Amino acid sequence: MSELAVEVRGLRKTYGTVVAVGGIDLSVRRGEIFALIGPNGAGKTTTLEILEGHRRADAGHVRVLGKDPAKNEISFKGRIGIVLQSTSIQPYLTVEETIEQFRGYYPAPLPLDELIDIVGLQESRKKLVRRLSGGQQRRLDVAIGLAGDPELLFLDEPTTGFDPAARRSAWAMIRDLKSLGKTVLLTTHYMDEAQALADTVSIIRGGRIVAEGTPDELRAGQAETVISFRFTGSSADLPPAAAAAKFENGHAVLHTADPTTALYELTNWAKERGEELEALSVTPASLEDVYLGLAKDESN
Amino acid sequence: MALRQVGYENRSFWRNPAAAFFTFLLPLIFLVLFNSLFGDSELTIDGRDLDGSTFYVPGIVALAVVSACYTNMGMMVTISRDLGILKRVRGTPLPPWAYIFGRLAHAMLVSLLLVVIVVGVGAAAYGTDVPDNTLPGFAVTLMLGAVTFCALGLALTAVIPNADAAPAITNATILPLLFVSNVFIPLQDPPAWLAVVGDVFPVKHFAAALQTAFHPDTTGAGFEWGDLAVIAAWGVAGTALALRFFSWEPRR
Repeated sequence: MSELAVEVRGLRKTYGTVVAVGGIDLSVRRGEIFALIGPNGAGKTTTLEILEGHRRADAGHVRVLGKDPAKNEISFKGRIGIVLQSTSIQPYLTVEETIEQFRGYYPAPLPLDELIDIVGLQESRKKLVRRLSGGQQRRLDVAIGLAGDPELLFLDEPTTGFDPAARRSAWAMIRDLKSLGKTVLLTTHYMDEAQALADTVSIIRGGRIVAEGTPDELRAGQAETVISFRFTGSSADLPPAAAAAKFENGHAVLHTADPTTALYELTNWAKERGEELEALSVTPASLEDVYLGLAKDESN
Repeated sequence: MALRQVGYENRSFWRNPAAAFFTFLLPLIFLVLFNSLFGDSELTIDGRDLDGSTFYVPGIVALAVVSACYTNMGMMVTISRDLGILKRVRGTPLPPWAYIFGRLAHAMLVSLLLVVIVVGVGAAAYGTDVPDNTLPGFAVTLMLGAVTFCALGLALTAVIPNADAAPAITNATILPLLFVSNVFIPLQDPPAWLAVVGDVFPVKHFAAALQTAFHPDTTGAGFEWGDLAVIAAWGVAGTALALRFFSWEPRR
């Protein structure tokens, strides 16, 4: 069995004159959580739907679990699980009935109780789908994506529209899937989501992959540290090492590759003026910063 | 697997009692309405005499099958498509034919129940003869009609752009036809072009074949082969169009 769950070379897809995916390569290893991240319209969903068999590629080599998804083989569909971007479930069945219905489509489904436990819908088993909250419906959507005990699960923007607490528990759920040995390929436009979940992150913009690696690698490529503190004066007042700071919401925000010198100068400067560096924070660049940095590079 | 699918469709249907209730109520309202207005009149259709209720009971049976199969299929499948439910199912190992079979069988069950109710009310309230010797013809006509109108409903979804447009398009395509097809009003000397319109489309043939089965003077098994042939031709056309143009994805 191949090490790779997904293997893509030179994938292209155009709609009329619009290039949705402009020749990308992807390699998703078995058992990892792989995040495809990018803004709306970057080509994430198109890519995912080609891998799921919903769309056909114009060109390129695509293998998912060793199969060509465009052939729409029944046996292939039994090995993958799909959660589409928009939740799409019959409104007039209960949670249990919906899961049972989808379990019935697969040769070797996961047990009903296990599915309900994984997505945490124990309290709502007998409820009609239409009475569930948006977040609960999304969880049910994941449960039916998992119903067939898939080797590979596609999650298209699984937490869009969630409140922060719901997102945290969805993340915990996705990590649990990994510990069950599943491969997860998800799309998101939240950097913190990719950072929190993914083993490998691929950043896609305008139908092209602009960066790929582990979250740590991507951040390492961006060697900057972010220093921020409350400040309402002008940059002329600041010491030389901090002169490049930007001002946001009454804070000075400094991206620097040399945090030691910057902090040394800043603390001396504040001490001489007898002031406190209020709300001081020193953080390594987040994936968000890497992402915004890439966006900036592209517009220049 | 396909049979289980029918079960889920049925359960879903009955869980929305308002929708289910009015699906059954509408044909009954028409049955009572038209029989009260015209039930006692003597009619001559295609050179054959019959009384009003012998005309209206099979007419409303035709209406019931058309609305349960064509109208409901056209609307509900479009709504499911727009909700992404069809696409969701398409991503599972359930064979596409099994899903369509589920919808088809569900529509036919609803039709059957409606037909029993309409015929029952017709017999009890208006003394309409229930087909006996013509039962084979009646059953075959019903079956063929139901399958044909389901196929046409499915084919129609291909031209319905979205769920909001579904009721308008299904009604606009079927209501006028019902009026020129001896379902609501008996056509006595219609303008030639209207008669041709009625003859071309399947609804008039469906109603006529059912009226034969209900007519007390009909001898034999009640088969109207000419009408059945037209209905079957539309069924084949509907199936071919549905196979060619049916879409599992919401339109954007």
